[in-house]
Amino acid sequence: MAVEAEARFHVLAVDDSLMDRKLIEKLLKISSFHVTTVDSGSKALEFLGLSATASPEQSEIEVNLIITDYSMPGMTGYDLLKRIKGSSSFKDIPVVIMSAENVPSRINRCLEGGAEEFFLKPVRLSDLKKLRPHILKGKSKEGHLSQEESSEIDKITSRSISHDSSSICSKRKAMDEESAQERRRLRLSCGGLQYDLA
Amino acid sequence: MTPTEELNSLMNWMFSEGLLDQQFQQLQMLQDASNPDFVSEVITLFCKDSEIILAELTKLLRDQPVVDFQKVDAYVHQLKGSSSSVGANNVKLACIHFRQFYEENNKEGCFSSLNAMEREYFRLKDKLGTMLQLEQRIQAYESSKHN
Repeated sequence: MAVEAEARFHVLAVDDSLMDRKLIEKLLKISSFHVTTVDSGSKALEFLGLSATASPEQSEIEVNLIITDYSMPGMTGYDLLKRIKGSSSFKDIPVVIMSAENVPSRINRCLEGGAEEFFLKPVRLSDLKKLRPHILKGKSKEGHLSQEESSEIDKITSRSISHDSSSICSKRKAMDEESAQERRRLRLSCGGLQYDLA
Repeated sequence: MTPTEELNSLMNWMFSEGLLDQQFQQLQMLQDASNPDFVSEVITLFCKDSEIILAELTKLLRDQPVVDFQKVDAYVHQLKGSSSSVGANNVKLACIHFRQFYEENNKEGCFSSLNAMEREYFRLKDKLGTMLQLEQRIQAYESSKHN
């Protein structure tokens, strides 16, 4: 049986928390991605070569996907998303947003702003399985696909078209369920913590 | 009890008391031979982050005549994030409760949950220290067997 060397896609991970950067880097490496981590949106843009201070060599770097935290000081993940989608050279790079907070309006805003996925933190290994299809779709937009990648896309898109509208609904349902559960938990007990409130 | 039995008993207790949750197990699953100190490295980062935040919270609560709850909330938000990422369940819950009390303008609840946050953090830190010591003893024993 011939073993194909799997292309190592390059993911740029953006998060201001050192701990979360360590975690996402580990998850991405286990998932066989080549990873670069930066601690801010502006550093991400610099890395891509989009900032004023970037040198010409930096635009040689190829990034196949950007995964960014939403809440960051200065430039939020949403701001970064808009900058990338507004750039002619990088608008086809898929962007995924992560957040510890389940805020449906925030999630919708990001998805409508062009984010491919919105992951609730803590991010799981299983979440990262969703990345590869987005990378392949991104590459097909750029016209950079090998034959194997093209046939992989055909298989994936024929499956996901039937899932698309239901997956957004189930994402929303998950959001509502989770926040409702949290409210219930708070009302019923304080998780074993004792509060003496007058 | 052997160190292994002690460790298993400690872990079971920590999970059942809510000190740790499933996310911690996820972290443990990410550790492998190529990165045998992953969990202890993450724990170290979490403790460092948390103690900085708790020190800032103390300053905001004790050193000011009027408490700036917005700033407090911003720090609690950070702590909630990192405790959630590491699986520090009770710490995370105290953060969630704080934010609920903050939204309801319940000052007593805010102070109460801030105390809980600190209490639960140090309780967890203590147990994690024991856990890491037991792991080291077990590892040392394992490698001495092979010599």
